[in-house]
Amino acid sequence: MKSFENVLPKLVIAPGFVLGFAFIYGLMIWNGVLSVTNSRMLPNYDEFVGLEQYVQLWDMDRWYVALRNLGLFSVLYVGGSMLIGMVLAIFLDQKIRFEGVIRTIYLYPMALSFIVTGTAWKWILNPSLGLEKLMHDIGWASFSFDWLVQSDTAIYCVVIAGIWQSAGFAMALFLAGLRGIDDSIIKAAQIDGASLPRIYWRIILPVLRPVVFSTILVLSHLSIKAFDLVMALTAGGPGYASDVPATFMFTMSFTRGQIGLGAASATMMLAMVAAIVVPYLYSELRSKPHER
Amino acid sequence: MNAKTLSRLVVYTVLGVAAFFFLAPLYVMLVTSFKDAEQIRSGNLLSLPHGLNFESWTLAWSTACTGVDCRGLKPYFMNSVMMAVPAVLISTAWGAVNGYVLSMWKFRGSDLLFGFILFGVFMPFQVVLLPMSQVLGFLGLSSSIAGLVLVHCLAGMAGTTLFFRNYYTAIPRELVNAARMDGAGFWRIFVRIVIPMSTPILMVTLIWQFTNIWNDFLFGVAFSGADSKPITVGLNNMANTTSSVKSYNVDMAAAIIAGLPTMLVYVLAGQYFVKGLTAGAVKG
Repeated sequence: MKSFENVLPKLVIAPGFVLGFAFIYGLMIWNGVLSVTNSRMLPNYDEFVGLEQYVQLWDMDRWYVALRNLGLFSVLYVGGSMLIGMVLAIFLDQKIRFEGVIRTIYLYPMALSFIVTGTAWKWILNPSLGLEKLMHDIGWASFSFDWLVQSDTAIYCVVIAGIWQSAGFAMALFLAGLRGIDDSIIKAAQIDGASLPRIYWRIILPVLRPVVFSTILVLSHLSIKAFDLVMALTAGGPGYASDVPATFMFTMSFTRGQIGLGAASATMMLAMVAAIVVPYLYSELRSKPHER
Repeated sequence: MNAKTLSRLVVYTVLGVAAFFFLAPLYVMLVTSFKDAEQIRSGNLLSLPHGLNFESWTLAWSTACTGVDCRGLKPYFMNSVMMAVPAVLISTAWGAVNGYVLSMWKFRGSDLLFGFILFGVFMPFQVVLLPMSQVLGFLGLSSSIAGLVLVHCLAGMAGTTLFFRNYYTAIPRELVNAARMDGAGFWRIFVRIVIPMSTPILMVTLIWQFTNIWNDFLFGVAFSGADSKPITVGLNNMANTTSSVKSYNVDMAAAIIAGLPTMLVYVLAGQYFVKGLTAGAVKG
C-alpha cells in the first residue's frame, strides 16, 4: 500500500504530461520535419530537401520585410510600453486620489482581444474619416494622417495600438515593484537631502531591475508572437509592407500553399523566442532552492 | 502657486491625459455604435450620437453579413461559448492536479519536468499550427469545436500548471504531512485540504484561461470551419468584408458584443485578473 501511494502521483500526472510533451516538443519536431520537406499545398514527407526551404526563406524579400518590421515593432513596442508604463507607475505612486479607477482604466485593454480593439483603432486611424476628420472639424484644415494606408508607415500604426494595449500591463508590474520597496530607504535618502528624481534614478530604479527584466522578457516574447494585432489593423498590408514573421508564417502555410516554407519560418520564430526565454528559464530554475 | 501644488497639477494632468488615451477607443466604439450612417458622415470620432439608437446592435447580433453569411454574430458568439466553457474548465482542472503533484508530491526529476513544461508558456504557437492541423485531421476533429477545445486545453496546460504549482509551493508542507500521518491518501488530501484552500488561484486561473481562450484568434482562424468559427474570427471577417457601403456603426457594435464577456469579467473580478497577469509575468 505504501509503495502504491508513492507511485500514484506519478501515475496520475503521467498521461497528461505525455500529452503535454507531445504537444510542445513532439509538434515542435514535427514542424522541423515539415520544414525539410518539399511540402506545398499538402504535407509531403517523401521528398527530403534538406535546408532548401531555409535557403529560400532567407532569399525572400518578403521575409526581410517581416524581420525588419519585427525589429522595428519590438524595439518601439517594448521600449514605448515600458517607458509609458514606468512614468505612469511613478506618477500613480504619488498617493493619488481615485487611484483604483485610474488603474482600472489603464489596464482594461489587456482584457480585450485585439480583434475587438483593432476594429476601433482601424477606424480612428482611418485616413479621411477618423483622426484626420476630427482635426479638420476642430479647424486644423491641413492635418493629414494616413499612416495606416502608406506602406512605409503602416507598421507604426501597429506600434501605437500595441503600446496602447500593453502600457497598462507594464504599469501594473512596475507599480507592484514600487509598492514592494521599503519606505524607510526613501525616507533616509530624503533626510540626506536627495531630490525626488535623484532618489528614483539612483535608488528605486536599481531595486526595480528584476521587474524591468521580466517585463522586457514578457513584452519581447509577446512582440515576436504578435499576430492578431497585425491582422486586425493591417492584415500585413498594404501589400506585405506591415508583415511580421507571425503573419508571414500564416500566409505561407494557409493561403499560399507553401507549407514547407511556412514551417521553416515557424522554426525561425521558435529560435527567436528560445533565445530570449531559455536563458531566463534556466537561471530561474537554477537559482531556486529545492525546498521552500 | 507653490512648487508643491504645481507638481501635483503636473501629476494629475499626465495621469488624466493618459486616461483619455486609454479610454478613447472604447469611447469611440460606444458612440459610433449608436450613430446612424448619416451621423457618421456628418459628425466626427468624438461627437456624441443624437440618441440611443440600438439598430446597429441588432444588426450586428442577428443580420449583419460576414461574406455571404448574413446571420450576424450570434452563431459565432455561441461557438465561442461552446468552445470556451469546456476548454477553460478542463485546462484549469488539469493544471490543478499537475500543480498539486509537482509541489506536494515531488519526485526525482519533477523540477526538471516542470521546467520543460514551462517552455510551453512561451513558445510561439506558429510552431504547432501545421502539425496540429494534421493531428486534428487524423482524429477526425478538423474544423470542429471539439478540435478547438482540445487545442486550447493542450496549449493552456503549461500556464495553468505554472499557476497552481507556484501557489501550492507556498502552502506549508506540514499540513500535508500531518494529513498523511492521519492516514489521508493522495486524493483525500487533494479534495479535502488542497482544493478548499485554492479559491484565489482557481479564480486567477479561470479568468486567465477564459480571457485567453475567448480572445484567441490564431487557433480560431487556423483550425475552425464554416460552422465552428469563434467570435474573434467572425468579427474580423465582418469588419473586413469589403462591401460598397462600410457600416462602421455595425462594426463597432459587433466589436463591443465580442468584447463584452471579457470586459464583464474584468469589471467583476478585476483584482484576480491583475493577479493573473502579474503572476504569469513575474514568477518563473
